[in-house]
Amino acid sequence: MSISRRQFLKIAGASAIVGLGGISAIDILQRGQFEASQVSKDPKALVGKRWAMVIDVKRLDEETMKRCRDVCHRIHNVPDIDKPKEEIKWIWKEDFEHAFPGQEHEYMGEDIKQLPLLVLCNQCDNPACVRVCPTKATFKREDGIVMMDMHRCIGCRFCMAACPFGARSFNWRDPRPFIKKENPEFPTRMKGVVEKCTFCYERLAIGQRPACVEESKGALIFGDLEDPNSEVSKILRSKYTIRRKSELGTRPSVYYIT
Amino acid sequence: MYDGWKIIIGIIIFLGIATFPILYDLGKAAPPPPEPKIDTPEIKKMVEKKCVEPKSLMKIEHMVMLKDWRDWYVREGRSIYIAADGKQYNISLSNTCMKCHSNKKDFCDKCHNYAAVVPYCWDCHIEPKEEGQL
Repeated sequence: MSISRRQFLKIAGASAIVGLGGISAIDILQRGQFEASQVSKDPKALVGKRWAMVIDVKRLDEETMKRCRDVCHRIHNVPDIDKPKEEIKWIWKEDFEHAFPGQEHEYMGEDIKQLPLLVLCNQCDNPACVRVCPTKATFKREDGIVMMDMHRCIGCRFCMAACPFGARSFNWRDPRPFIKKENPEFPTRMKGVVEKCTFCYERLAIGQRPACVEESKGALIFGDLEDPNSEVSKILRSKYTIRRKSELGTRPSVYYIT
Repeated sequence: MYDGWKIIIGIIIFLGIATFPILYDLGKAAPPPPEPKIDTPEIKKMVEKKCVEPKSLMKIEHMVMLKDWRDWYVREGRSIYIAADGKQYNISLSNTCMKCHSNKKDFCDKCHNYAAVVPYCWDCHIEPKEEGQL
């Protein structure tokens, strides 16, 4: 049996159309088992457009800082690893010269050098870590939170190189043996992923403020920058505040009153 | 054919090894499919024993559902799932699924081991403590 070029092209064309059409038909028919419309936000959830934090350094002391750090690390299953090169931290105490490099000078008094400073992920509005992440494991949510999707993190640590604040920690080893008491309601991490503060997205989702804010007795203030009536907006309007390394243009959302 | 017998012996050995798994199982019945247990205290308490969606769907599609739940919660921040019957559930593996199915060994692991699939959920998510475990 012979077949002309014209016939061959006709058959090939027709079967390509049937094949492609069939594939997309299957795609359309198969969707809808778990439609996106079946999901909603919790009505109790705190809703904001750009979450931010103001840290009132004058109201901080050693004990408050320790309580904030402990509650955060406890509820988020942050391991307590004693080696500085492997340690994992979401919120921690920092010296003035390291938190605000370039602002220090040799005539500064000891009390300013020793200011009780709490630092955490700045939840930047223009986050360098999000730009460099090759898998979109870290991304900016609608409400401004720079979020981590641990399911996608491949541990390349580009984000750690990009972050000017050292806010990210890498799991060099399985963190589970270093967690004193696990909180079963929150996942741990595994070896080979990067983690950081997430502004307690899991608490916002059920209508609670971040744990450190609750624990700080008013030294940390949390709110929405886009809402002119929020407490943070009022403070930023009326008081002099500074941000860490704002000259780099990442537009941090954590402000300090010193 | 040079060294023909060497080649033929080689082919016979190769065929023997390659077909061994099939020949070994020939005539044997497949191992019985596992029956995951749903006799946890939480499920016993339920008047109408019902999962988030019908059992038939959960059996085949639970992995698709968990993947969708994961993306809705982590990436889109939507935390409530409304089932086909209108009931609402919190999207959470540890706090919704495992609150009822607190017997990971007799529930999840049974089928996963049978089918030789190794989901990595438990690398991070904390499994409920079962009896005899620390």
